[in-house]
Amino acid sequence: MIAVALTLATVAVLFAIIGKNPIEALDVYFLEPLLDPFSLGEIVVKATPLVMIAIGLSLCYIANVWNIGAEGQFLVGAVAGSWLAVRTNGTDAGYWVLPAMLVLGTLAGALYALIPAICKVRFGASEILTSLMLVYVAYYGMDYLVRGPWRDPKGLNFPTTAPFDPVATLPPLFEGSRVHSGTLIALMVVMLIAVMLGRTIMGFEIRLVGAAPKAAGFSGFNADRLVLFTFAISGALAGLAGIIEVAGPIGYLQPDISPGYGFTAIIVAFLGRLNPIGILIAGFFLALTFIGGENAEIAMKVPLDLTKVFQGILLFYVLACDSMIAYRVRLIRGVRKAVPANA
Amino acid sequence: MLDALGQILGLIFSVNFILTVITASTPLLLAASGELVAERSGVLNLGVEGMMIMGAACGFAAAYVSDSTIVGALCGILAGAAMAAIFAFLTLGLAVNQVATGLALTILGTGLSGLIGAGFVGMRITPAPQLYLPVLTGLPVVGRILFGQDAFVYFSFALIIGIWLFLYRTRSGLILRAVGDNHVSAHALGYPVLKIRMLAVLFGGGCAGLAGAFLPLAYTPFFIPGMTAGRGWIALALVVFASWRPGRLVAGAYLFGAVTFLQLSVQGLGLGIPPQVMSSLPYLATVVVLVLISRTRGASGSAAPASLGVVFVPDR
Repeated sequence: MIAVALTLATVAVLFAIIGKNPIEALDVYFLEPLLDPFSLGEIVVKATPLVMIAIGLSLCYIANVWNIGAEGQFLVGAVAGSWLAVRTNGTDAGYWVLPAMLVLGTLAGALYALIPAICKVRFGASEILTSLMLVYVAYYGMDYLVRGPWRDPKGLNFPTTAPFDPVATLPPLFEGSRVHSGTLIALMVVMLIAVMLGRTIMGFEIRLVGAAPKAAGFSGFNADRLVLFTFAISGALAGLAGIIEVAGPIGYLQPDISPGYGFTAIIVAFLGRLNPIGILIAGFFLALTFIGGENAEIAMKVPLDLTKVFQGILLFYVLACDSMIAYRVRLIRGVRKAVPANA
Repeated sequence: MLDALGQILGLIFSVNFILTVITASTPLLLAASGELVAERSGVLNLGVEGMMIMGAACGFAAAYVSDSTIVGALCGILAGAAMAAIFAFLTLGLAVNQVATGLALTILGTGLSGLIGAGFVGMRITPAPQLYLPVLTGLPVVGRILFGQDAFVYFSFALIIGIWLFLYRTRSGLILRAVGDNHVSAHALGYPVLKIRMLAVLFGGGCAGLAGAFLPLAYTPFFIPGMTAGRGWIALALVVFASWRPGRLVAGAYLFGAVTFLQLSVQGLGLGIPPQVMSSLPYLATVVVLVLISRTRGASGSAAPASLGVVFVPDR
């Protein structure tokens, strides 16, 4: 909470620097979207993938495993699910298409996430770097498919697939809104993970390995297996989020299906303090910054990049506050001078 | 197929190829050198990409306003160092997790650079001049390669030699490595662990900023948001690839520069390979190389500084 307040203050100053009225800007950014029913729906639409990815990532981060390639797993999930939608397009395939797409997306995300996990476990390659590099690979792979073999022949040369058939799309929950049943899936996932983390041996193992790796090793828990497990779960959820995004609000595959959900979800996971309920709230809040940023761009001609600045600053404050809670900062002067506050 | 192979081989042995590889490799080498020093002191700064892009934006803005490459480069260095100062304050001052802070730095840098650079998109500056030396540059083949580069290229080599001398031939370098290998012992011996690390991180930031500034000042004469395109991450991978040794870093940076160039030129040949396959080549190469390097070294990764990424809290 302190972190959010500090961020708001910093952003207000930033607005003032670029010559906009800070109060008006904060209002456009954070209040107006909440008061308008359409914007509110859009926030929920954006929060859905964020929460789903972040909840998976939180498992990794609790266990001290660093999957930062969720963006790639999201894209691969979207592509794998879309494969079925593209193949069955225009045929009289039944209602099995959508569930099969969701399963495919989940599996593909998990498999893609297992690549860095296996590289880590088998060869000791840094999972941070490999998972991130695979984001670029996934992006170019999808770009190729959408511009090449999967391009809609009737699409006026736009790099998109044909719109998915109704059996391959998630129905909206309410008339006239883009809020779709994927949101319900996300809520279910949050509950499942919360139960797993708090009530099962696996959840205990994740928390133990993260908090005290040596103790976990002595008590016979296998850290390697945990790397594979957390990567697979987080990849599966990112992949599921990907196919839901394509089959829900978008309805076809195109190159820019994600405004960086996989990366923003990292902030969501930390802002939610790696806690399922916290992540739910944090996901909603960061979705608000996306929508607020879009509104502010239209209403006040504020560049869209400000949203990223905002998210970066927020993550800094969250991390700093966490540390302030854990330690007491002392300024030590003398021969062995420590360098805290004045660094 | 044979014909195409011949064309590729012809490319590889052309003077132009070597010239282009040098320009493609220089930003990687600059950024990776700085990160190497920071990591040798035990700090893993994942924010290289963010510091680079800030260096690019600020460097270009300054160069445009002042119409001077030198001012641009200096501002790039300052911007990178300023970003690194935020990182140092959080990870060293407040003992925050280095991985998460580095990510935050990259997100912040991407956004801020977009804000700063927004007003400068589409503008052009005079690129950094190539320093031609009389007579020497005129030498056949070797002349243009060795004596026809811009100042950044020469500087990158001076830098890596300087780092090598510093790390292995000076007392301060020894202390820095000691801090990176065992901060508890170094602290017990009375070395100011946090201060040394802070300086190393700031140095790394400056190098990353300069590497970023190289892109709009010498590589292309204009600024595009996000123009670092993951080079910061590749620089990070290069440090691992080089197993934290300056000499191998040069080899690694030039290997990657070559891959980047091949990607561009093979597209021009029209072999029917989708451009996206070629574009993803440097990233795939990074993964493969990381696996190979880590494998030969065993899972423990014994070449890494022992205290790398471990938070140091004094008096505990």
